[in-house]
Amino acid sequence: MRPFDYERATDTAGAVATLTERPDAVFLAGGTNLVDHLKLGVAEPRLVVDINRLDLTEIDELDDEGLRIGAMVRNSDAAADPRIRRRYPMLSRALLSGASGQLRNAATMGGNLLQRTRCVYFQDTSTPCNKREPDSGCSAIGGYTRYHAILGASPECVATHPSDMAVALAALDATVVVLGAAGERRIPVAELHRLPGDHPEQDTVLDHGDLITALELPPPRPGRSTYRKIRDRASYAFALVSVAATVDVDTSGPTPVIREAAIALGGIAHKPWRARAAEAVLRGAEPNEETFLAAADAELEAAEPLEGNRFKVPMTRGAIATVLSELTGTDEPETTTEDTHE
Amino acid sequence: MAHSLHLTVDGQEHKLAVDPRTTLLDALRDRLGVMSAKKGCDHGQCGACTVLVDGRRLNSCLALALTHDGSEVTTSDGLAPAGELSTLHRTFLAQDAFQCGYCTPGQVCSAAGMLQEAAEDAPSVVTEDLEGPIELSDAEIRERMSGNLCRCGAYVNIVAAVSQAAEESR
Amino acid sequence: MSDLLPTTSIGTHQVRLDGPDKVRGRAPYAYEHPLDDPLYLYPLQAEIARGRAAHIDTSAAEAADGVVHVLTHTNAPDLEDTEDGELAILRSAEIGFRGQYLGAVIATTPEQARYAAGLVDIGYEQEEHDVELREDHPASREPESGSGDVFAGDFDAAFAEAAVSIDERYSTPMEHNNPMEPHTTVARWDGSELTLWTSTQGAHPARSTLAPILGLDPDRIRIISPHVGGGFGSKGVPHADMMLAALAAIAAPGRPVKYAVSRQQMFSITGYRAPTLQHIRLGARADGTLTAFAYDAVSLSSQTKEFPEEATKPGRMMYAGDNRRLTQRVVPLDVPVPSWMRAPGEAPGMVGLEIAMDELAVAAGLDPIELRVRNEPETDPDTGLPFNRRRLVDCLREGAKRFGWEERNPQPRTRRENGWLIGMGVAASTYPAGRQPGSVARIRRMPAGYEVAIGAADLGTGTWTALSQVAADALDVPIGQVELRIGDTALPNATVAGGSTGLVSWSAAVFAATEAFRAEHGTDPAVGAEAQGEAEANPAAEKFALHSFGAHFAEVRIHPATGEIRLGRMFGMFSAGRIVNPSTARSQFIGGMTMGVGMALHEKGELDPRFGHVVNHDLAEYHVPVNADIARIEAEWLDEEDPHAGPLGARGIGEIGIVGAAAAIANAAFNATGVRIRDLPIFGDAFLPT
Repeated sequence: MRPFDYERATDTAGAVATLTERPDAVFLAGGTNLVDHLKLGVAEPRLVVDINRLDLTEIDELDDEGLRIGAMVRNSDAAADPRIRRRYPMLSRALLSGASGQLRNAATMGGNLLQRTRCVYFQDTSTPCNKREPDSGCSAIGGYTRYHAILGASPECVATHPSDMAVALAALDATVVVLGAAGERRIPVAELHRLPGDHPEQDTVLDHGDLITALELPPPRPGRSTYRKIRDRASYAFALVSVAATVDVDTSGPTPVIREAAIALGGIAHKPWRARAAEAVLRGAEPNEETFLAAADAELEAAEPLEGNRFKVPMTRGAIATVLSELTGTDEPETTTEDTHE
Repeated sequence: MAHSLHLTVDGQEHKLAVDPRTTLLDALRDRLGVMSAKKGCDHGQCGACTVLVDGRRLNSCLALALTHDGSEVTTSDGLAPAGELSTLHRTFLAQDAFQCGYCTPGQVCSAAGMLQEAAEDAPSVVTEDLEGPIELSDAEIRERMSGNLCRCGAYVNIVAAVSQAAEESR
Repeated sequence: MSDLLPTTSIGTHQVRLDGPDKVRGRAPYAYEHPLDDPLYLYPLQAEIARGRAAHIDTSAAEAADGVVHVLTHTNAPDLEDTEDGELAILRSAEIGFRGQYLGAVIATTPEQARYAAGLVDIGYEQEEHDVELREDHPASREPESGSGDVFAGDFDAAFAEAAVSIDERYSTPMEHNNPMEPHTTVARWDGSELTLWTSTQGAHPARSTLAPILGLDPDRIRIISPHVGGGFGSKGVPHADMMLAALAAIAAPGRPVKYAVSRQQMFSITGYRAPTLQHIRLGARADGTLTAFAYDAVSLSSQTKEFPEEATKPGRMMYAGDNRRLTQRVVPLDVPVPSWMRAPGEAPGMVGLEIAMDELAVAAGLDPIELRVRNEPETDPDTGLPFNRRRLVDCLREGAKRFGWEERNPQPRTRRENGWLIGMGVAASTYPAGRQPGSVARIRRMPAGYEVAIGAADLGTGTWTALSQVAADALDVPIGQVELRIGDTALPNATVAGGSTGLVSWSAAVFAATEAFRAEHGTDPAVGAEAQGEAEANPAAEKFALHSFGAHFAEVRIHPATGEIRLGRMFGMFSAGRIVNPSTARSQFIGGMTMGVGMALHEKGELDPRFGHVVNHDLAEYHVPVNADIARIEAEWLDEEDPHAGPLGARGIGEIGIVGAAAAIANAAFNATGVRIRDLPIFGDAFLPT
């Protein structure tokens, strides 16, 4: 860990001003990702600006029944907030799917959005990584890619974004409130994170010195919603694939029809992946297994899996179909096959 | 440059100067000689370093000590006066909820924090009704204790110990 | 047959005597002994898998804040004996595996040491490396330290004639012990004596290993290890980390040097279970009785030091059948040094063998329990000796009853609950009942009882408690009158806590010491009276094949759309002789089974062949089971005494819990889905269409 100096921010404007002046400075929130990276040598700041005492810890009602969640609200507090549990159960479940009880007590809403990939090569300074060190090469391609992207990757980077919370926020059409050197601005969560392209070192569209101060949730949508995480362990593991979905079914006619659907996928791309192609198939269709699989296939048509993560295509397909079946009360699909050897 | 730090650890006040790089865990172990909090992975991946900071369970390895200047830190050793045992200490012993003991103080602190969270009706990912009161079933305990690895494989006994402690403190 | 010890304390539940300190966190592990003015070590490790560290520039590190010394091969203290490639570190610039120690920085604080290590500039001359295990690898050879091949009868003819046969390949991956306490050594050299506070499963054996390498008389080394935070074999023999700390202490005399291996470093330094490839061919008559048995296994080893992971070991003695062929090969490559991990040989070997038996049962149309019953050997197929008391069939039948095996539908993919496919599987378990000679116990009369001193280890195994129970009954006093002292080379010699031999071997020393004490001092000794005794080899080992047996039953559920696989419940039934402390014994059985769940469903070191190191080298990416993965695990045992195990009547139980556990889960997955798993671990991918 390179030596650094430490300052405790007392107000948001001051914190932004400090970072704007110092390209070698970083904000420290919950620390669950940054302190990890300081130890690994992935982050090497000269100055750490601790924002833990900033007054960004409230959850407030917005005029339209939406909520504004302060960026320094801890993940566990947001998940347990009665208003979030009632109005945005998908967000509660996504938060509770992440990490562990004690990590959620430390991790903040802003920090969770800005956590960096878990790609093993990104975290290992003894191997090349374009995200950590631009133009050094991507070690994941041709390597260990179980947790890597199948959608939206580039020849420069195949990493995934590890957050569960961000997937739910993308499905909810939430907005981040950002304070920068030029003042405050709002960015839809679905547009906060980038695809890697030629610049995988840039996770988001934020500039150095930008401080996320809050998240804003629009009024809850009608319909049922949930968050489902597929992972190798039953808990305390990153997603192989996750699905955040809201489905609203019109049951007034002779056959039920999907009025509206919002789906976001986790664990399969460099950003929380809003599944617009799947949503388009669902809108106006009858909720049944055929529709769900068609929706999944529409989204996965563009999938380009790697040698080590081909399984993610059928896994994502199965996960989307299962979640939609659960939300609409239709029979669950079955996509596994019996061994051909038998 | 060293910064000054105030910590209350298991009821005892400390004032010390630390390198900003020092984590809360290293401040406890290397500076204050408080060895109840263990280092198992140093990256928030095992839970052995779990302590209560101002009553909440945290991984002390992923916190800079300076962030918690002025905080009250409780390790498993601080959960009962010297020579006595807390309810969780007793139930961990009664259920043989550990073998090597290295993850145990972290498990105990995690259990203490978790029981408090459940008492405040905080849900977990396995809670079916997010808005209902929390019934601490074995499945709930397992999920809530999953941030603490035990390589000796005492999980089933840990669940029994936490369950017994929850019963007793009801 | 020796007389069994009458018991009062043995066989009763006894809360761990070290428990109150452990739940509070007051029991000192290696890092935690209060020592003044320590220094901290951070290692330098090779970032290539083969070649030379042609140039090492330490000047920037030496100039950094707090740095006391930088150790490399150019200035390391001399070693007397450099035969052991793993332990004779810092001898030259040569690099045999990625992660190998190239030196260390010793500084005043841990932060300074770690930062300065990054300032050391190392220039490499890289050579092509090879880390990929293949069955047909040209470097494949017979291990130098193996058990030898077996050829009996005419396998080829018998296999060709068999009415039912299977011919399949199985594999087990690289697995890492990952005890929760990382390997730690605090070393202090005062100019004449080296003291090591360290995490070891055997203080005396570690000293015997290190002394000749360092060129020190063993009396000049003291190893202190009263509490050890797990090991599972990885702390059974000293690894390079202990040597590095010792060399650092000699290079920076006078102050204790603390080195806690980081979790990432453990993946290349502290041993691991080598991956195995297993080719198994079984031929049987129509009734399932085996006539042809072939087991050809290959395991990864290291160019730096050989370690054969002998998957063929249990196949030598497990089942009947006259025409046999067992071969074990190793492929030494440019990889870190493998070592013991819980039931080396048996654990991976019983994966292939017990899945193969399940496949044979399907092929023969038999219940897998019945197939095993029909293949019980009368004597040990390996040695020809009679078994001590082979109760595999009792474990299978009694276990089946308690688990509810009769509810299983042998037809796969027939049971569903809440959208999940459910299946049940069974597998046998075995582990040799070894007892080592040479441990010495010293008994001393105290004002209120007896002090019993022996350099034994407790790594979670319950030694503090169970050995006190044994001593109490040997001395015929209540357990409260026994004051046990262990974990220190200043105490009498003890053999390693490994191979499930610890408690039985040390108990033999306690019995010998009691006998000597009574002979010398009678039943009413004066305070201060003292005697010691040494354990002899178990004479029954000459006349009998000594083994424990068990049976694992597992129920798993698999989601048909997402492939997720979860353990529903697991039951283990064991035959292990007398059980000394039912509480701690149950914990060990369950613990072994829990690690078996990890082996089945989670654990795999991903060795990247391009770089030569395990890239998922931490506990977030290398998964061991978490609490939520272990729904319900129960273990029971047959109420018995082993008449050939000596006065204790017990056999070791540290490893048998893991043996066969993973196969039972794989067999359950087949029953749930119809998908036959032959490669561990079982990820959900296996159940999804490709």
